[in-house]
Amino acid sequence: MTPLALYLLLSALVFAIGLAGALTRRNAIIVLIGIELMLNAANLNFIAFWRFGPNPQALTGVMFVIFSIGVAAAEAAVGLALIIAVYRHYRTTHLDEVDSMKG
Amino acid sequence: MDWIVQKLWVIPALPLLAAGLSALLKQRRRRLAAGLAVGAMVLALALSCLAFANTLQHPGHGSPVRQGVNFFWFQCGDPQMSGGTLWLGWVLDPLTAVMLVMVSLVGLLIFIYSLGYMAHDENFTRFFCFLSLFAAGMLGLVIANSLLLLFICWELVGLTSYLLIGFWYHKPSAAAAAKKAFITTRIGDLALLLGMVWLYSQTGTLLFYDGGNGCLEPSALARLAAQTTSLGLAVSTGIALLIFCGAIGKSGQVPLHVWLPDAMEGPTPVSALIHAATMVAAGVFLVARVYPLMAAQPGGVAAVPGALQAVTWVGAITAVFAASIAVAQTDIKRILAYSTVSQLGFMMLGLGAGGVAVGMFHLITHAFFKALLFLGAGSVIHGCHDEQDVRRMGGLRKAMPVTFATYAVGMLALSGFPLLFSGFWSKDEILHSAHGWSVSHWPFYLGVFGALLTAFYMTRQVCYVFLGSMRSSRREEAHASAGRQQAEGSEPPHVGCYDPHESPPVMIIPLLVLAAGSILLGFIGTPAWPWFQGFLTGRSVPGELGRLCEPEVLRLMLLSSGVVLVGLGLGWWLYGRKPVTSADAPDALERLQPDAFALLRRKYFVDEAYEASVIRFQAWGAKACDWLDYWVWSGVVQLLSLLVVGLAWANRLLDEHVVNAGFDESCRRLTEGGTLMSRLQGGRVQSYLRLIGLALAMLALFLIWGCHAP
Repeated sequence: MTPLALYLLLSALVFAIGLAGALTRRNAIIVLIGIELMLNAANLNFIAFWRFGPNPQALTGVMFVIFSIGVAAAEAAVGLALIIAVYRHYRTTHLDEVDSMKG
Repeated sequence: MDWIVQKLWVIPALPLLAAGLSALLKQRRRRLAAGLAVGAMVLALALSCLAFANTLQHPGHGSPVRQGVNFFWFQCGDPQMSGGTLWLGWVLDPLTAVMLVMVSLVGLLIFIYSLGYMAHDENFTRFFCFLSLFAAGMLGLVIANSLLLLFICWELVGLTSYLLIGFWYHKPSAAAAAKKAFITTRIGDLALLLGMVWLYSQTGTLLFYDGGNGCLEPSALARLAAQTTSLGLAVSTGIALLIFCGAIGKSGQVPLHVWLPDAMEGPTPVSALIHAATMVAAGVFLVARVYPLMAAQPGGVAAVPGALQAVTWVGAITAVFAASIAVAQTDIKRILAYSTVSQLGFMMLGLGAGGVAVGMFHLITHAFFKALLFLGAGSVIHGCHDEQDVRRMGGLRKAMPVTFATYAVGMLALSGFPLLFSGFWSKDEILHSAHGWSVSHWPFYLGVFGALLTAFYMTRQVCYVFLGSMRSSRREEAHASAGRQQAEGSEPPHVGCYDPHESPPVMIIPLLVLAAGSILLGFIGTPAWPWFQGFLTGRSVPGELGRLCEPEVLRLMLLSSGVVLVGLGLGWWLYGRKPVTSADAPDALERLQPDAFALLRRKYFVDEAYEASVIRFQAWGAKACDWLDYWVWSGVVQLLSLLVVGLAWANRLLDEHVVNAGFDESCRRLTEGGTLMSRLQGGRVQSYLRLIGLALAMLALFLIWGCHAP
C-alpha cells in the first residue's frame, strides 16, 4: 500500500467520522465539530495529493490548505456565533427543537 | 256589385264573433252571453233580410241571378307541376237568400225561447256559446260558393251538434248519443270528402259558380257527364252519389238515420234548432245546391239521372220507414225525431222527383212547423217537470192553453191538413211531382202512405199529451202525501209544483210567431200562385186561381186531403174516442196487433242489427288491433326496452366495478404513496442530509464496484 493510499484512507475515515457526527448528532456544537472534521479531511487530501503529486516543488497544496483553514476559522466563528444566538433565543442547542421555521 | 253581396260574409261572422266572445266570458256572466248571442242573431237576421231584398230586386229571366265573391285561399303543390289552387267564396242567389232568412229567423226565435228554457241551467253561458257557433256554421254553409267552404261549415255544424247533444254530458245516455251522432254522420262525411276529392281531381276547382269555370256550370258538367267509370256509371253520377252519401248521414236518411232519434238527449231548443229545423236540413240543402251535378246527363240521353233516382228512392223509403216507427214511440221528442226523419225523406223525394223548388219549399215550411212542434214539446216537458213519456201526460189542454193551440197548429201543418196549413201545400207539391215521376209510381204510393202515417201518429201524440186526464204518477203521489200530511195536521207542501203549468212569455212568444209562419208560409207556394218556385228558378209566375181547378191538381189535392183526414180520423178513433186512462195501459194499436207494434216500437231492430253486424265486426277489429298492439307492437317495444335496460345494467357494472373501482384504487394508492413519501419530508435537514449521504455512499460503491463489472 502506497503512502498516498494510507493518507487517503485516513482522510476518508476522518471524513466518514465527521459525516456521521454531522448527520447523527442532535447537538449543534457536535454537528459543527463534524463539519470541521470533514473540512479537515478534505484539507488532508489536498496535502496528500500535493505531496505525492507530480509537482511537489510548487507550494500549491499548502496555499490551498492555508486558505481553507482560514476560511474554516471564519466559518467556525460564524457558526459558533449562530449557535450562541440560537441558544440565547431557544435556551437549547438541540437541533430538533429549533424548528419554528418548519412549514 | 251591391254592398250586401260584398259583405255577405258578415252574416256568419257575427254569430262566430259572439261565440268567440262568450267562450271567453265567465260562467256567471249569463245576461251578457245571452245578449251577445241574441244580438248577433238579430243583426244577422237584419242582414239576411237585406240580402233577401237584394235578390228580390234582381228577378232572373229563366234562371236565377247569382252574385258572388271568390277569393284565393291557397296554392297546393308546385304551380308548374301538377299543383292546383283552392278558392273559397260566397254566393247570393235565391236559394241562399231563402235559407239565410229561414235559418236566422228560426234561429233567433229559438235563441229567445232558450232564454226561458235554459234559465235554470248553470252552463247557460256555454250553451249560448255553442248555439252561436252553430248559427255561424249553418249560415256559413248556406252562403258557401265552394264545396270546400261548405264542407268546412258542414263539419263545424256537425261538431256543434255533437257538443250540444252531449250538453248534459254527465248523463251517460247523452254522452253516448253525442258519440253516436258524431260517428254515424262521419260515415256519410267520409263519402262526401271522397266525392269532393274526386270532383277536384276531375275539374280542378271546387267553386260552384265561377263565371263559367265553376264545377256546377255547363262546361264542367258536360265534361263530367261525358266520362264513364266502371259499371257504366257517368263520373258526374258517381260524384253526385258520393256527395249524396254525406247528405244521407247529415239528414238522417235510411240507413244512417239511427243517430237522429238518439240526438234528442240534448236540450229541447237544440233538438228544435239543429235536429229538426236547420242542421238536418243541411243535407237537403246540399243536394239542392249540387242539383245541377245530380241532374247532369250525357247529351242525348233522356232518362232520369241515376243520382236523382237514388235520391228519390232513399227519400221515399225513409219517409215511410221513419213514419211507421214514429207510430209506436212513447217519448214525445222521439216521436218528433222520427217524424223529422220521415219529413226529410219527403224533402229528398221532392228533390229527386220534382227538383230544387219542391224539396226546398217543404224544407222551409217544415223548418217552421217542426221548430214549432219541438218548442211546443219543450214547453210541455218544461211544464210537466222534465217528463218526456207521453203515457204519463194527458189533459194538458186546460193547463197549457197557448201551448196546446200552437201545438195543434204545428200538428195540423205537419199532417198536411187541407188548405189552411203550409204543410199541406208543400207536401202536396211533393206528391204531385212524385205522381208525375217517369221511372216508377212506387215513390208516390210510399209518399201517400207516409202522409197517412204522419197524420195518424201526430193525432196519437196529441191525444196522448193534451186530451184525457193527467196520468203522471208523481203528481198523484204528491197529492196523496199532501192529503196525508194535512190529516196529520202538519203544513202541506206546495202541491202545485207537480201540477203542469203554462210556460213563461219568453217561451210562448216564439211559439206564436212560428205558428203564424206555419200557417202563412204555405200561401207563397200554392199551385195557384207558385211564387216560391218561381223565385228559386228565376221565373216570375203570375197568380191564377184557375190552376187549382185543373183536373190533375184537383184530383191529387182531394186524394191527399182524403188521406190526411183518414189518418186523423183513424188516430182519433183509436186514441181520442176513449181517452187513455192509465199510464200503464197498453197502446190501442198494441191491443190490435201486438207483434207488429213490438216491431215498430223496437224501430225494426235497426239498432240491434247494427249492434250485431257493424258494431260486432268493429269490436272484433278493435280486439284484433288491441291484441296486435298488446302482443306484437308492445312486445317489440318491450323487447327493445329490455335490451336497453340490459345494456344499461352491463354499463353500470362496468362503470362501478372497472372504471370507478380502478380510479378509486389508484387514488387510494396515490394517497398511500403520498403519505409514505411525505414521511421523508420531515422538515429535518439532518434526515435529508442523511439520505443524501446514503445515496452518495451508494453512488460511491456503485462507481467503485459497478464500473468494474463486465
